Amino acid sequence: MANYDYDLLVLGAGPGGYVAAIRASQLGMKAAVIEKDKPGGVCLNIGCIPSKALIHQAELMRCGKELEEIGVKVDASGLDYGKVLAFSRKAADTLSRGVGYLLKKNKIDLIGGQGVITSAHEIEVKGHGKVTGKNLLVATGSRPRSIPGFDFDEKTVLSSTAALMLEKLPKRVCVLGGGAIGVEFAHIMNAFGVEVHLVEMLDHLLPLEDEEAVEVLLRSFKKRGIKIYTSTKATGYKKSGKVVKISLEGKEGKQDLEVDQILLVVGRVPNTDGIGLESLGIKLEKGFVPVGDYYQTSVAGVYAIGDVVNSPMLAHVASKEGEITAEHLAGHQTPVKLDPNAIPGAVYCEPQLASFGYTEKAAKEAGLKFEKAVFPYRGAGKSVAIGKTEGLLKLLVEAETREILGAHVVGAEATELIHEILLAKTAELLPEDIAVMTHAHPTLSEGVMEMARMAEGWAIHV
Amino acid sequence: MAEQVLMLALSPTMEEGTIVTWHKKEGDSIAQSDILCEVETDKATMEYESVNEGTLLKILVSDGGQAKVGDPIAVVGEPGEDISGLDKAAERKAEPAAATAQPAAPEPAAPQPAAPQPAAPQPAAPQPAAPQVSAGQLKASPLARKMATEHGIDMRVLQGSGPAGRIVKRDIEKALRQVASRGPAEAVGIQGPAGPAFIPTAAGPTAKDERIPLSGKRKIIAQRLAESKFSAPHYYLRIDVDAGAMMAARQRLNARLPKDPVGKVSPNAFLIKFVAETLKKYPVVNSSWQGDAILRFGKIDIALAVAQEDGLITPVVRDCGAKGIVQIDRDLKLLIDKARNNKLTPEEYNGATFTISSLGTSGILEFTAIINPPGSAILAVGRIHNAPVAGEDGTISVRSQMILTLSCDHRVIDGAVGAAFLSDLKAFIEYPIDLLY
Repeated sequence: MANYDYDLLVLGAGPGGYVAAIRASQLGMKAAVIEKDKPGGVCLNIGCIPSKALIHQAELMRCGKELEEIGVKVDASGLDYGKVLAFSRKAADTLSRGVGYLLKKNKIDLIGGQGVITSAHEIEVKGHGKVTGKNLLVATGSRPRSIPGFDFDEKTVLSSTAALMLEKLPKRVCVLGGGAIGVEFAHIMNAFGVEVHLVEMLDHLLPLEDEEAVEVLLRSFKKRGIKIYTSTKATGYKKSGKVVKISLEGKEGKQDLEVDQILLVVGRVPNTDGIGLESLGIKLEKGFVPVGDYYQTSVAGVYAIGDVVNSPMLAHVASKEGEITAEHLAGHQTPVKLDPNAIPGAVYCEPQLASFGYTEKAAKEAGLKFEKAVFPYRGAGKSVAIGKTEGLLKLLVEAETREILGAHVVGAEATELIHEILLAKTAELLPEDIAVMTHAHPTLSEGVMEMARMAEGWAIHV
Repeated sequence: MAEQVLMLALSPTMEEGTIVTWHKKEGDSIAQSDILCEVETDKATMEYESVNEGTLLKILVSDGGQAKVGDPIAVVGEPGEDISGLDKAAERKAEPAAATAQPAAPEPAAPQPAAPQPAAPQPAAPQPAAPQVSAGQLKASPLARKMATEHGIDMRVLQGSGPAGRIVKRDIEKALRQVASRGPAEAVGIQGPAGPAFIPTAAGPTAKDERIPLSGKRKIIAQRLAESKFSAPHYYLRIDVDAGAMMAARQRLNARLPKDPVGKVSPNAFLIKFVAETLKKYPVVNSSWQGDAILRFGKIDIALAVAQEDGLITPVVRDCGAKGIVQIDRDLKLLIDKARNNKLTPEEYNGATFTISSLGTSGILEFTAIINPPGSAILAVGRIHNAPVAGEDGTISVRSQMILTLSCDHRVIDGAVGAAFLSDLKAFIEYPIDLLY
């Protein structure tokens, strides 16, 4: 057998790649990660983490209004957005260094430089030379998608990357794309006093989420003055001086909108070009690498995970796929492929929205026999005590087996609350198991219990 | 890493199994859930699904051979692996043919050429040892438990695929698919029960004595019936019954029922119903001797003895007291169909509180039957035939007669009670309207 430098050679140090490498190392494999930028990938450096830092700061701004309600005079005039940015960059840098530390601790070599696959067992790293591996793992992630007529110049038309690096906020912004990223940016910018226009092509924001849950978010956004345009397309823009005139086409016809900047967040495209996949004979499908149950590609010894394969483009999905691949390579019997109905989704604006599994619409379309329970946040005493009564917890249950089909939580701490329900789903607990468990009082988690009781027909606080 | 494939307990009472047919031969590559072979257990023929993956390197127990639960029956691993030390069947187990005067079964064929490697390197997966299922410590998710209860699946025979071997939804779904795929249509081609044990292994003069190795089922039948006959003091009561009213009612019912593809309601369904109603009056007859107590059953679960090619089985219609004749008939047809195809699950043939055995269709006028535990009585039903009967006024007429013989366990049912039960049963069959009093 040929000698390789490593048992597993990972291309890309994002949440898929570095987790796969660590898991492989834990299981006794010699692993290395090739990264052209900082470890941690988009998630840590220009995605999840810095955006959550900004959202936290945005929330502080919103809390100012609550302080005013109790007579405190808040003077926001000294807001220096540059410092807000600095805070978010610090979080990103800390965590990126943390990944570097974790790699080192697990004796994983981090090879800096742009890597191109040259054979099924070899990657050529710019400025470093050839590195060989018994198995290769492609985890190169994705980048922001643009649309015709709206090329990223990162001055007028910004990608999420540029938006996260802004040192100064515009006065008016048009956010194109009402998915999770668009909704989060709309929330941040609105909290910092930007006039926000949020445009979505489909008929409701967060088109993959449950409509009843999104409705709660929509009401909150409208109350805060975020202008929302659904079933609306942006057809082009013109710049005159500092003013950007963007043309929208919606149900009520055409209209022009004057803003300072455009934020284009209409999804992401996999980074599958220019990394040598074609030289291996791997045929892409819509830009994605086709893979089997254990993320093996059509070429023996070459695996692919994360945003480059056709599964939800989420950091936690990439990490999980990385773990499965490493365990498979180590000869473990990994339980099963990721169950798409047990992947949580989370949107971190206020109110937060978190979910997994079937939406009510999808369950109907699938012809499932189901029951739903919708418990309002205000039924949990804690929500009243902390002034976060807007929100609901929604559970969809198979009518006969009582299997949990999906859950949708919108409201304060929704992204944390979802996990109790998801644990129940993955452990195949039934609503009655949650319903009879004693929950501490007063907590928002009591809402989860009451939602389950509602599904069983005996909610107390409604 | 090569590993032995062990005989598993495919039913809760199984201690030993007979390999009916191997579906895979040496050299075949095996994926998880592939059917390795068919195994005849104490009551049914079940498919043995592989929990291993790799290549079938050696078959240790060939067709017709027996293995105790936990004994190795084959070796699975990577082609070309050294399997010395693994390739010995448990010693005390002899090939069935070896026990006879016939020449020993031929050696299994030489291993097939190695299966081609899959595209991606598939490292040999360390397999967990085949779990030994014990009823006490059954790990299953709440959802799996609920589904198992709803579908009447005995979870003890399942292998969990969840974390730490927990039985989860997909295991139940798999079991359901297996039950579904054992429909009559497919079963026709299998005919497992008439397996190798009954095919003479060599041509030649037939005048020679021949020892037939026991099938698992034959052993169980022998053991259970001997135990019943020799431990329960049997006594027999016989009565002749006019079946005219019952047969007329059956004709009326069948004429009124919409044409059903499953066919007409059978006389057995009527009999089961009459027995169930009589048992309500005599709970003593619906009881069981337990050694230190008598167990009076809360429900009336009546079994019907069904002949199979290689034995007999007693599928149980549950809760007959609460069911109507048509429902009983539908249940019965389903069970009989499964019984004939050897596809009954243990919970479909165990635990009858009363049993009916009918040899009427074989032309038998009357007979006595051996009690089927845990019940304490069995009713033997003869053929319905025309016979001259002297009426109360002394005139003789030709009537549709049937002779019933009740075998009772005297430890539970005294003669007077047994007699009263049988005489009331006769009255109900002859004057069904009496049931309403």
